[in-house]
Amino acid sequence: MTNVAVELGTQQQPSLHTHKHDAIAVAAGATHAHAEGQQHPIKLYLVVWGWLFVLSACSYLVDYFGLHGYLRWSLILLFMMLKAGLIVAVFMHMAWERLALAYAILLPPVLVLVFVAIMVFESDYTHLIRVLFFSSPT
Amino acid sequence: MAETALTTPGQSPVRTAGLKGVAADWSSDQRAFKNVSWGKAMMWIFLLSDTFIFSCFLLSYMTARMSTTVPWPNPSEVFALTIGGQHIPLILIAIMTFVLISSSGTMAMAVNFGYRRDRVKTAVLMLVTAALGATFVGMQAFEWTKLIQEGVRPWENPWGAAQFGSSFFMITGFHGTHVTIGVIFLIAIARKVWRGDFDVERRGFFTSRKGNYEIVEITGLYWHFVDLVWVFIFAFFYLW
Repeated sequence: MTNVAVELGTQQQPSLHTHKHDAIAVAAGATHAHAEGQQHPIKLYLVVWGWLFVLSACSYLVDYFGLHGYLRWSLILLFMMLKAGLIVAVFMHMAWERLALAYAILLPPVLVLVFVAIMVFESDYTHLIRVLFFSSPT
Repeated sequence: MAETALTTPGQSPVRTAGLKGVAADWSSDQRAFKNVSWGKAMMWIFLLSDTFIFSCFLLSYMTARMSTTVPWPNPSEVFALTIGGQHIPLILIAIMTFVLISSSGTMAMAVNFGYRRDRVKTAVLMLVTAALGATFVGMQAFEWTKLIQEGVRPWENPWGAAQFGSSFFMITGFHGTHVTIGVIFLIAIARKVWRGDFDVERRGFFTSRKGNYEIVEITGLYWHFVDLVWVFIFAFFYLW
């Protein structure tokens, strides 16, 4: 991690006075928000970008190799959550925002899972009714 | 009245971290988002509402797919292409995914160079992002054309459950609209960056306010969100 900080040291704009300190703090994995806006090492973005490509390729391969059943679904969900997490945390800088914002934005969508549960019961019921009363005798 | 004296400007108070910080920020009887500008906070709140819109679309799709007694068309076959005599499943969607991920990467770089006040690199990277976004929309138009020619309609399709068409056009259509708006937004902001509006603090046409490079990050938030929604559509609609 130190080489990241050193490499950045050469790229710094002298006008950003808090910059070097921040780059080192970020490289050290510290959560840090600052007045100059979100300043993070370019390398971090490139690494995340690379991972997004790898994860996308993995989820495509799930389909390409025709995996089925629970293995397929769990792999799809795993790659989806990892990609979503990387985009929100790093590209959208949520990892460096204060928790007051992070919770206000990230917790409400979690409640959508309740809606999902309701609709799963509802569609199971609809399906049952359709099978019982509307299925054409074959 | 002495109690209401303003704190000295420029002096940033030490803020508590963790859950105590959440409680302190929200109960401070001031703005809740301490070091986030109103523009950024509003974009986040807009994105939250947009999350609910797309959640509703994906949920209605889930309900339709789970409750139908007719088999669902296999997206792996529906979106397959024959390239050079080889039949490759889902290849068009895979390429679209990579195009959109690439555009997210260039956008993240644009935000970074924006805060470094590198005017030219920021504008160029934003325009590259816009070009990749336009490519994505173009491929989506191709996909729609192909499916419509094959007989997919919102009320019927040749392969199975009728709800496939309505779910497909609704979800990808709404997402494509978001990408299109994003491309326009990117070009508008890239033009401002290119012209140096944020270096000379030129006043905005509508607002008469001075802008700054944070607008690049706000544009980026919207763009990454579009990519984020695609991650979920890709997983639930195309791969499931």
